[in-house]
Amino acid sequence: MATVSVCQYHRGGFSFENCKRNALLEADINKLGLSSPAARKTGTTICGLVYKDGVVLGADTRATEGMVVADKNCSKIHYISPNVYCCGAGTAADTEMTTQIISSNLELHSLSTGRPPRVATANRMLKQMLFRYQGYIGAALVLGGVDCNGPHLYSIYPHGSTDKLPYVTMGSGSLAAMAVFEDRYRPNMEEEEAKRLVRDAIAAGIFNDLGSGSNIDLCVITKGKVDYLRPHDMANKKGVRTGNYRYKHGTTGVLTKTVTPLNLEVVEESVQTMDTS
Amino acid sequence: MTLPADGGTSFRSDASAQETQDLSTSGGHIAVIQRVLVRQLKMISAQACGANGKMKDYHYSGPVEHKFSPYAFNGGTVLAVAGEDFALVASDTRLSEGYSIHSRDSPKCYKLTDTTVIGCSGFHGDCLTLTKIIEARLKMYKHSNNKSMTSGAIAAMLSTILYGRRFFPYYVYNIIGGLDEEGRGAVYSFDPVGSYQRDTYKAGGSASAMLQPLLDNQIGFKNMENVEQVPLSQEKAVQLVKDVFISAAERDVYTGDALKICIITKEGIREEIVPLRKD
Repeated sequence: MATVSVCQYHRGGFSFENCKRNALLEADINKLGLSSPAARKTGTTICGLVYKDGVVLGADTRATEGMVVADKNCSKIHYISPNVYCCGAGTAADTEMTTQIISSNLELHSLSTGRPPRVATANRMLKQMLFRYQGYIGAALVLGGVDCNGPHLYSIYPHGSTDKLPYVTMGSGSLAAMAVFEDRYRPNMEEEEAKRLVRDAIAAGIFNDLGSGSNIDLCVITKGKVDYLRPHDMANKKGVRTGNYRYKHGTTGVLTKTVTPLNLEVVEESVQTMDTS
Repeated sequence: MTLPADGGTSFRSDASAQETQDLSTSGGHIAVIQRVLVRQLKMISAQACGANGKMKDYHYSGPVEHKFSPYAFNGGTVLAVAGEDFALVASDTRLSEGYSIHSRDSPKCYKLTDTTVIGCSGFHGDCLTLTKIIEARLKMYKHSNNKSMTSGAIAAMLSTILYGRRFFPYYVYNIIGGLDEEGRGAVYSFDPVGSYQRDTYKAGGSASAMLQPLLDNQIGFKNMENVEQVPLSQEKAVQLVKDVFISAAERDVYTGDALKICIITKEGIREEIVPLRKD
């Protein structure tokens, strides 16, 4: 019965109300000779492999907007369920939202069946959604996890095709990473060797592909445990600047100053640190 | 009688009339072969036709437009600063194309004379050809006029060389750094078709939009009040150039690997190489 509610058409999700307005705006912008903002892609090198006790997933941490780095330390390994994680390449918003939607549905499904979720289920849900959108959702995923049938690894393409393989790579740096895998992959590796191989594959993508960079994140999934290593390796450190670029008070010219006191009562205070790296 | 090259789908139904004409005019055994081939062609034409006898389109068979671009973008950033008695020309050493790196050691500064260095970024093929042409013209000038070209003269000459190719430009962003006749630092910046002006500092290439505002603030003291406008010393300028490239390598994917700085003084040209991010 609960399964029926999961399969029902969701009222939430995608809404296409802005499409007509966007088309008009785009035409207006193009008339002025400018271009509308492009969706941010992740460039990316992601990979996964199956080893003796489970699955190792790896990803770089650079997000690019055109050829400018938008985020130097973004997280590309997404949570699907306690035993299933998914790396995402392609359009950043698409990978983020798709994995969140499937994670939510998988949790409901798992509560309905009363069993821990299986990797094949997540794979089926992802491919059915991506095929429904005919490739317009630009999400290329590497899905890995351990369930009652053992460790599983899938690669999922934006149009909805999937491959079940012992080792996969995706993203603009996938060729560099696959070269490393094809050289050194063996079945039933030990954990340390598997982590080293995934680290080296992502490093190949980071150094040889301009769309990938910064640090290496790893996620090791075994029968009872998940090791989310972020960052596993800081392959590139920011250069140290020798000059001092702080400005004294009064450097920015103030034209006018108006002070309006607000009489407020502090009810709650919370502090959230910003990532200033 | 020739079959169409794309396997028969553009077979015309009126060609069968021509075939029968051929049959009547040619010799005995050839006529038999032709009659067999005509029957085969008619069979193909039956499959190729739809229910109403019209041709079914299986694929587009006709001229296809391909675009060949004579230019490529090889990335790289160049920067030049002019001081009281020195000039700096700096460039990164990465050569890229698309998402790949061709070389991590391809500097973009080229030494022209003892007092002038040029930095070229953009399309590497045109950078190489342009520098070859400039070096040849420098030699010709030296042989005719019995002296080396001054920085200002090289700048004026480069402008005419670039404008000579106004309608198929050299895809190169040039910046010349050197000492003028009075020994003071000079920087000349160009656009791809030869427009130039003398500057105190200029950034060109892929990260130029990121570097230029920073230089405007630190060297030109723009958007700042109550600051002591001290003229730039050589040590401070070198330190600033290194810091500025470290920041550019953080955010621009085309800039990185290493930084090469050419410091031009009346003593000569000194080079410094500093490593940058390799990702």
